[in-house]
Amino acid sequence: MWRRTLAIVFKELKQLSRDRMTFGMIVMIPLVQLMLFGFAINTDVRHLPAGVVDLSDTSYSRALVQAVAATQVVAFSARYANATEAEAAITRGEVKAVLYLPADLGGRLVRQSTAGVQNYLSEPVGQWLVDGSDTVVAATIRALRQMPLDEVMGRPVPVRVPSFEVVQYFNPEQRTVVNIVPGLLGVILTMTMVLFTSAAIVREREQGNMEFLITTPVKPFELMLGKIAPYVLVGFIQVGIILGTGHLLFDVPIRGGMDSLALAAMLFICASLTLGLVISTIAKTQLQAMQMTVFVLLPSILLSGFMFPYEAMPSMAQWIAEALPATHFMRMARAIVLRDAMVIHLGADALWLLGFTCLGLTISSLRFSKHLD
Amino acid sequence: MTKSQDYAIETRGMSRHFGSLKAVDSVDLSIPRGSIYGFLGPNGCGKSTSIRMLTGLLRPTSGDIRVLGEVLPGSEEMLRRRIGYMTQKFSLYENLTVVENLEFVAQIYGLAWKVARQRINELLNLYDLAGRDRQMAGSMSGGQKQRLALAAATMHRPELLFLDEPTSAVDPENRREFWERLFDLCSQGTTILVSTHYMDEAERCHGLAILENGIKRADGSPQQLMDDMGAWVVEVAGDDLRTLKHALVREAQVLSAAQIGSRLRVLVSRDVPAPLDWLAPRVEGRLMNPVHPSLEDVFVTCTGGKHVA
Ligand SMILES: Nc1ncnc2c1ncn2[C@@H]1O[C@H](COP(=O)(O)OP(=O)(O)OP(=O)(O)O)[C@@H](O)[C@H]1O
Ligand SMILES: [Mg+2]
Repeated sequence: MWRRTLAIVFKELKQLSRDRMTFGMIVMIPLVQLMLFGFAINTDVRHLPAGVVDLSDTSYSRALVQAVAATQVVAFSARYANATEAEAAITRGEVKAVLYLPADLGGRLVRQSTAGVQNYLSEPVGQWLVDGSDTVVAATIRALRQMPLDEVMGRPVPVRVPSFEVVQYFNPEQRTVVNIVPGLLGVILTMTMVLFTSAAIVREREQGNMEFLITTPVKPFELMLGKIAPYVLVGFIQVGIILGTGHLLFDVPIRGGMDSLALAAMLFICASLTLGLVISTIAKTQLQAMQMTVFVLLPSILLSGFMFPYEAMPSMAQWIAEALPATHFMRMARAIVLRDAMVIHLGADALWLLGFTCLGLTISSLRFSKHLD
Repeated sequence: MTKSQDYAIETRGMSRHFGSLKAVDSVDLSIPRGSIYGFLGPNGCGKSTSIRMLTGLLRPTSGDIRVLGEVLPGSEEMLRRRIGYMTQKFSLYENLTVVENLEFVAQIYGLAWKVARQRINELLNLYDLAGRDRQMAGSMSGGQKQRLALAAATMHRPELLFLDEPTSAVDPENRREFWERLFDLCSQGTTILVSTHYMDEAERCHGLAILENGIKRADGSPQQLMDDMGAWVVEVAGDDLRTLKHALVREAQVLSAAQIGSRLRVLVSRDVPAPLDWLAPRVEGRLMNPVHPSLEDVFVTCTGGKHVA
């Protein structure tokens, strides 16, 4: 049995190495997607033109302005004497936002920084005047409300009230790309793995190879196994490309162990490949296989937590998402890459992917008939 | 009577319908072991469909099939190692080399590595592919592809070999060469079933079935078919044969009239007791010459005739 499986594996590898188109896709799909999502669809807003109204004019206020500027979200380009002037500047479109620091800034800062758990009397240290016509700008500035004040005071400041408030964990620079790369891993692997194998059986059928192959003693399970095994390798090449480029171009940190990540990727690759195989045994033509792949790909992008947070989806969508291998992998990948989790802690997702693979292999082997009708 | 073990293939009422189309309609076959048997018929007459049923790829709509003593459908897997099948369309991998294709087939049939090497070299020499072992299968000529396909189909030395229009892309010289190989295989005990629409090929077979629209019109050895033919063959020579032809084919007794060079080959039904007397007034003094029927005449008679030019 292993001989025949190996024979198919080697045959597939040889064919793959001669198929320039597919070979190119293996490398180009991850690269192009990564660039697209990393650069073009970067929802981070940077260097918004902004102004300052500094009524206190103390060392505190200057430190605060500097701290805000250091986030690079805004670039201070003007100073205004009072709120009225600032409002006029926003109306004219000179700046998108103005940071208003009141005269009693020092007092507010002190109250803020010494506030105990019980003290709810403290108030925000400053105010942002925002051009609300652009929702992205508004949302970006709203995120700035929660800026920590440690640097301004030169000591840790317990945060109780939106001052420039809350601390952002794991992604302190608020860059979505860090969150996107592990997600992209799931999307790209779904796309390529399902695409490659969904064509695998159909192609042989369309090119006429199948009629010969099914008159040989090869067994359906051997054929299925032999068809997916070479693509596990392809999957790992892609994981390498995505993480490597993500690390080089976007400084995506890889906190978790590589072994955990490799194991999670392995499980996900196998699950996606068998999903493709099942499609391959259903589709009659390569075009149909392609359409069915898109049918799987869309929910994998939309529902897996890549686009929208899983928690925010209606329960029906969550229910569909749970059925997709991509959802489970994305959960694992984010946990491993960004939070240094280990596969053992993600047992449920890992088991689910394993089960999916076994089920997929069984279904495709049963569905594959060594008959032409 | 021959015992049933002496038949490589036996069918009774083998039929296969695709919707309302009867691609193969109640065909009875008895193909003796160790012979070369031909399916002769025009495009779409059900040759490939019959072969697919006999190789276990298609299930018959009705009828009994026995191949090498095993009942189909049911024992396909048992038969896989005992039969070889060369498909009508080239079915090896175009982006693998000759040797890679053969190695793949050898491994699929479970030949041990050493045995496989030996067998592949043997086949490369036998089928005149030795110099091309590193060439991509897709870049080979029709005749070379066909030899490669035959090598692959005989890799595991099958008892029964199915060849579906093996020579459709092959020139006459290579065709003759190819048939020599088939007779070699046959003399080693292999039973061969080959489909064709070439008369000269059909004539080489030990036995023959003429198929039309899924129905078996006649079977027997080529000689027997020619002897038993239900028509007289008369060749007419003279002027203006086209006009004569159009006049003759309107007669119910004329099965066909086909021009061959400067002669008109006329098939007259056996219902006419004296064909020369019957034809004389109709050919208006042109020269008549009764000849022996050829296999093509048999074919034309069996398949109703008149549509053939
Ligand atoms: N899978 C199928 N579905 C529907 N009709 C089919 C199918 N396979 C064959 N047919 C029809 O059955 C008839 C016989 O086809 P078959 O392929 O057996 O002919 P053939 O004798 O091999 O012809 P050719 O010489 O062109 O190869 C044809 O009319 C064909 O259209
Ligand atoms: Mg055919």
